[in-house]
Amino acid sequence: MSTLTYLQAISSALRDELRADERVLVMGEDIGVFGGAFKVTDGFIDEFGPDRVMDTPLAESAIIGTAIGAAVVGMRPVCEMQFSDFISCGFDQLVNVAGKMHYRQGLAVPITVRLPSGGGFSGGPFHSQNPEAWFMHAPGIKVVAPSTAEDAKGLLHSAIRDPNPVCYMEHKHLYRRVKGEVPDGVFETPFTARVARPGSDLVVIAYGAMVHTAMEATEDLDGASIEVLDLRSLVPLDEEAILDSVERCSKVVIVDEANATCAAGAQVAALIAERGFESLDGPVVRVATPDVPIPFSPPLEQAVLPSVERVREACRELLAY
Amino acid sequence: MATTKIAEPAVGAQEAAPAHLQLEDRIWLLRAMLLMRGVEDRAMTLYRQGKVPGSFYDGYGQEAVSAGAAFAMGPQDRLCVLHRDLAAHLIRGVTPARILAQYMGRATGITQGRDGNVHFGDRRVGCVGMVSMLPDMMLVATGMAMAFKLRGEQRCALTWFGDGSTSRGDFHEAMNWAGVQKLPVIFVLENNQYAYSTPLDKQFAVDPVERAAAYGFVGETVDGNDAEAMFEATRAARERALSGGGPTLIEAVTMRMHGHAAHDDMKYVPKEQVEEWRKRDPIDRQEARLRELGVDVDAVRAEVKAEIDAAAEEALAAPMPDPATAADGVFCEGEAEPLGDGQAPWSGFSS
Repeated sequence: MSTLTYLQAISSALRDELRADERVLVMGEDIGVFGGAFKVTDGFIDEFGPDRVMDTPLAESAIIGTAIGAAVVGMRPVCEMQFSDFISCGFDQLVNVAGKMHYRQGLAVPITVRLPSGGGFSGGPFHSQNPEAWFMHAPGIKVVAPSTAEDAKGLLHSAIRDPNPVCYMEHKHLYRRVKGEVPDGVFETPFTARVARPGSDLVVIAYGAMVHTAMEATEDLDGASIEVLDLRSLVPLDEEAILDSVERCSKVVIVDEANATCAAGAQVAALIAERGFESLDGPVVRVATPDVPIPFSPPLEQAVLPSVERVREACRELLAY
Repeated sequence: MATTKIAEPAVGAQEAAPAHLQLEDRIWLLRAMLLMRGVEDRAMTLYRQGKVPGSFYDGYGQEAVSAGAAFAMGPQDRLCVLHRDLAAHLIRGVTPARILAQYMGRATGITQGRDGNVHFGDRRVGCVGMVSMLPDMMLVATGMAMAFKLRGEQRCALTWFGDGSTSRGDFHEAMNWAGVQKLPVIFVLENNQYAYSTPLDKQFAVDPVERAAAYGFVGETVDGNDAEAMFEATRAARERALSGGGPTLIEAVTMRMHGHAAHDDMKYVPKEQVEEWRKRDPIDRQEARLRELGVDVDAVRAEVKAEIDAAAEEALAAPMPDPATAADGVFCEGEAEPLGDGQAPWSGFSS
């Protein structure tokens, strides 16, 4: 065991995979000599060289597209989008080429796309987004979103070893804020949900940074027993874990940092409406960012992102229902 | 009348004897083109009979582009094949029966009914099928070449794309990336004068073959209706790629003799233009050469026709896919299996 930050855990997984498997290469903008915009690959180029820690042209479509080409001839590329927002420029290659390849041609595309996502630090409309739902809606792409250092490492190992395209949502605001005990060496975390805190009166369902918001908001909520379910994986979605929590707690608050409409939480709410209705003791409540671009100025940004206070209020109201 | 482009054919004394082609190779090229035209002609009949769902796309008149280029590629090379390049599939070893089954959405087609008409590539013979967003496969081929170079392998990737594709960003991104990394990739631009209905002068201000220089590599224009010229240009490009000379852009100048798809009556193309190009038919040209050399071309034709008759019978007898399997195969559940090797009938590979 080592104590690592969320960011160090990501670096550790990448380094372990580069050491363990010569098919693995990491590629992206400014990740080599500079070590990445967030320093996830700091020093990698010295150990693995510029071929396996590849500084690419500034071209997201090309990063994804060439990774697909390399993958179908036997490589295991890990692409870094400098910011998850930039995936819009690589959307077509990911959704139309990678996502549909196995269904159409039986050809596996083992690529991992790392997507530094999320807001909270005045990144503005193009450096703060949570685009995971775009890829949940596109068949053939797995989507995972760790909230802890241990899961950041374990899920990345699993993603790189998965034979399918995987979007790995790494929350920028957790990079240096979250720290934890992480097993040494390679371990694979399954694409399933995790009960972050067990409870029986109400469950808050979240993923990524919102797990921490949920934990803080419900740490001491007038003595109520609040469960927090960390989804960890959005595709596949751990439907049984969600329905178990709903059955146990009967009241549900779902938190998304993403824009509300058609977000991951909307899918969770739909699942509960379809298959968990009989267990409910109140309406399904959602807390999410309204459908606006993420504003730059701190008071505006804080006004839209789900806060500890908003989640707490939502829980209080539902508990009183 | 819109601007069109013609590559002057090599004729008479200008026509060099093909140094790298044996007689058997030259017959192979004819056979591949005849098979392509025959399979597509049969598919069109099946389409008119209501047996091919959706629309139907063919490469009538462009057979030399895929036949010549694919013939120069080795078994371990990898190809990203476009929709008017059926000869490439045939050369790599995909049978006409599976292709006709593919068109009809049968369970025995290459995609087992999961994708339509020409959207296919048989992974077992080293081919990746196109998507409709053009030219996405330029980047995929570039990535294959990147892997070959990283691993120090003597292999090459090739992809075809059209004149319309040169307007999209992925064209630039692939050309730039391949140039920066000096990759063993061959880009074959099929300039068939029209992107659906849009002529060349509405597509670009600068001839795309000239753009290759801007990306730091060679671009050359080839008569795309001459299978042997296409072969020779691709063979040379492959040699350059394998010796570390980087990418090549080959502009194959040809003409789309049919509509964009079966539903397109092509009214936007002047009749004289089509008639003019009919005189440059790639199959006629290869046949004339071989007749001059004493080859029994009619026997080749008869053999190809018999093969297609049998293939059509087999494909028509094939079952439709089971609706219960419609959601299967979205994800790979086992090990990721990379592309396999294809057939490479050129005598240069066996000698």
